[in-house]
Amino acid sequence: MNAATLLPPLLGLAAAPLFSGLIAKLKARAVGRQGPPLLQGYRDLARLLRKGAVYSRDTTWVFRAGPLLSAVAGAFALFLIPAAGLTAPVAFAGDFLLLAYLLALGRVFTVLAALDTGSSFEGMGASRELLVSTLAEPALFLVLLVLVTQAGELSLSAALAPGAGAHALDAAAPLALAAAALVLLLLAENARVPVDDPTTHLELTMIHEVMVLDHGGPDLALIEYGGALKLWAFAALLVGVALSPAEWHPAVEAGAFLAGMAAVAALVALIESSMARLRLTRVPQFVVVASVLAGFSLLLSFV
Amino acid sequence: MILLASAVAALVLGGLGAAVFGRTQRQAAAWGAGAAVLGSLLGLLALPGPLLRATTLTHASPWSVPFGSILLVLDPLSAVFLLATFVLAPVAAWYGASYLRTYERRRPGLPWLFYDLLIASIVVVLVARNGVLFLVAWEAMTLASFFLVTFEDERAEVRRAGWTYLVAAHLGTAFLMLFFAWLAALTGSFDFAAAPGAAALAGSQGWLFALALVGFGTKAGLVPLHVWLPEAHPAAPSHVSVVMSGVMIATGVYGILRAILLLGPLPGAWGLALIVIGAVTGIVGALYALAQGDLKRLLAYSSVENMGIVLLGIGAGVLGAAHGSAAIAALGFGAALLHVLNHALFKGLLFLGAGSVRHAAGTLALDRLGGLAHRMPGTAAMFLLGSAAIIALPPLNGFAGEFPAYLAGLRAAAELPPGGRWGGLLLVVALATTGGLAIVAFVKAAGMAFLGRPRSDGARAAREVEPGLVRPLYVLAAGCVLLGLAPWLGAWAVSAAAASLAGQPATPLLDAARTLGVVAPVLVAVIVAGVLARAWLMRRRRQAVADTWACGYDAPLPRAQYTASSLVAPLTALVPAALRAGVQHVRAPAGYFPAGGRVRAEAGDAFEQRVYRASFLRLRQAAERLRLVQHGRVQWYLLYIFAALLVLLLVEFGRAR
Repeated sequence: MNAATLLPPLLGLAAAPLFSGLIAKLKARAVGRQGPPLLQGYRDLARLLRKGAVYSRDTTWVFRAGPLLSAVAGAFALFLIPAAGLTAPVAFAGDFLLLAYLLALGRVFTVLAALDTGSSFEGMGASRELLVSTLAEPALFLVLLVLVTQAGELSLSAALAPGAGAHALDAAAPLALAAAALVLLLLAENARVPVDDPTTHLELTMIHEVMVLDHGGPDLALIEYGGALKLWAFAALLVGVALSPAEWHPAVEAGAFLAGMAAVAALVALIESSMARLRLTRVPQFVVVASVLAGFSLLLSFV
Repeated sequence: MILLASAVAALVLGGLGAAVFGRTQRQAAAWGAGAAVLGSLLGLLALPGPLLRATTLTHASPWSVPFGSILLVLDPLSAVFLLATFVLAPVAAWYGASYLRTYERRRPGLPWLFYDLLIASIVVVLVARNGVLFLVAWEAMTLASFFLVTFEDERAEVRRAGWTYLVAAHLGTAFLMLFFAWLAALTGSFDFAAAPGAAALAGSQGWLFALALVGFGTKAGLVPLHVWLPEAHPAAPSHVSVVMSGVMIATGVYGILRAILLLGPLPGAWGLALIVIGAVTGIVGALYALAQGDLKRLLAYSSVENMGIVLLGIGAGVLGAAHGSAAIAALGFGAALLHVLNHALFKGLLFLGAGSVRHAAGTLALDRLGGLAHRMPGTAAMFLLGSAAIIALPPLNGFAGEFPAYLAGLRAAAELPPGGRWGGLLLVVALATTGGLAIVAFVKAAGMAFLGRPRSDGARAAREVEPGLVRPLYVLAAGCVLLGLAPWLGAWAVSAAAASLAGQPATPLLDAARTLGVVAPVLVAVIVAGVLARAWLMRRRRQAVADTWACGYDAPLPRAQYTASSLVAPLTALVPAALRAGVQHVRAPAGYFPAGGRVRAEAGDAFEQRVYRASFLRLRQAAERLRLVQHGRVQWYLLYIFAALLVLLLVEFGRAR
């Protein structure tokens, strides 16, 4: 294993809160507000980590395990995603299966932690989260299938290696569709507008935020951090797909990766500031569109 | 072979001993459970050779039954299923020894007799290589489990479940009789040794496999042949549900695999068909599982779903073999066998956990449970672990089993010619969809039963069950963790059998397992590091205890919690109407001073209500036409006999002349 391959995941571990902060900043700027400082995420984490905690008398160890496992799963996921022209530190045939199931691990325990409180609000959030993620699961696999069948390789690092998408011009169309599906999945899986609103303050309309109502202190810090890691992971995957047809000098690859991440942040901010969130009953359709896009992409790459 | 024979003998004798000498629950359990443990230990000793060195043991002796012979062969394929049997049977018996004591019964030995006979007949089914012997053992298995299913026969729904099971099982067996008879007609013998291979079967291979698929598929619970399963499994006592779900339905899978070995290489179209059936079974099973309100019914539908996953693996195996890709074949068959082993472990764990829930809280209705994690922490932790394993969360054994199945599908999608590619594609999408739905089902099961606050007095009064009902769970949970952290152990156990099915050494399977065997411990290390870091961070922190935050309202009742049905309502609302079969029993408030009403809703099975009930009704109507000749008047019957004799006489005269 090349030690340099550790750099992108370590960068992700360090810069994920900054990435979320960048989105918040751009989003505020887009509507003419000043917005929070870029480093606000770190300040929030530091403040939360210094606090004690209040636990509901109805909760068990599951409530404490939820935040931890979602953060650990997010952190581990970063080591499976190739970035900046380098292979991932952990790469093997079928590694993206582990990626998908790690995300599931974090999600399942977040939902269980919500149910552990016995609160009807958190139960509501859990129910909605289950709905969205169940529909997103096949879509994510369809996208990953496109990447794998395109390259004929069973490892993400090989499928997204520089130039892997360049072997034929007609790979462009399926890859573009897959990237579009991935954008929708990024929004849906990370509780962004138009599926969920990370800044909403009305419990009845929330999905993710209402599931973590009862968490506080270091647990909430772990949740925020885990969420940032997951967002970074999806963005890195998206950038990887978008850049896979190109093959450049390593330094350019690194620069392109950073520029790509910034572009994703801008894209998310643009979507969030130009759209209202969908009614809950429309959310399934939104996620199914991701499946349809990925399905078409797969059809294109097959015929 | 002598070990296996003594295992069967120990089981039969122990069961008889329990029936004859078991005057008290304790005596009966000592005989019955003792025999199960002893027999399983003896049996386990016979397995290392076939499993690891691919040796084959044979015993042949004549049998006075027409066409029958005592031909027993222990090969790697049999050994994999025997391994699951001999691991699950003693653990379930250990649990049953405490569990049955909670029932007052006049003849405490009988359930043990049938339990031991069930295990013994499963063992014989797995090694019999003569059609007649196989069918006899198959029937013994059905009957023994029938008497276990109807254990609580004072309850009407249990009797109904028993009848459904008996009818379904025998319809399946009818197809198997046809299968074996046809095979014997082609080969001249009921012994499997004379199996002809694909060339000699020519045109009849497809028909034969279709017969085997229906016959064995009924046992395995493939959709739409599954309707008996969610009735029968919940009706049986929990330790019996374990054996039925973990091992008995797996004999259906064994039968399908054995048929594949007997009939020779199947064409790729069968691989596609198996993948389609597996996809339908997996998705429909998971959908029904997540809609269930009863914990054991949920687990039973999940067994249907898991058999679908197994079938996906078999389909990939057939597909790979047909297209000459030994790697895909080995991965597919290997994944199917691994999943059988894993399913035995985690489904066993979950059914035992459900038994403890019913024992402690007096109900299995998820809408009346909740908060059990505080009251029975050991059982709760084990049930959660089993749930995490069955929805294939890494680093547990479920993931280790589904991983090679995904790999088989992916490689089929990437490497095979068009027909095979679509099969691989369907496999991956079906497996992912099934997985997503299963997550909902088990988040619901674990979350609603064990987390939150108790929703009924029974759940509130629940206490941790006695150690004899908790410790068996630890054993199965340890198995789930072990096969997750060291997936190569499981792959190693099934590799010889996978190789015999794929016709090539199962190297790709072992490679995949070895990779996971490195990643899984690392993941566990990271999680442990996280737990320690959190503990370090939280040391000497102020940790207060308060009520759950209810958004300002400070007297939330447990009844205000989200219920099991409301949790999945957004999803069940998306289910196509054709599959929806909910039943509502409503007693509306009536009169000027209504005393209250009741609504009870249960998730029915569309196949049962729309297909089977309708066709059986039609059958009954047809049968009623026969009343014209059968009406109970003896004089008429005498006339029938006289007329029949007369006709025979005339025929005979005609022939003589």
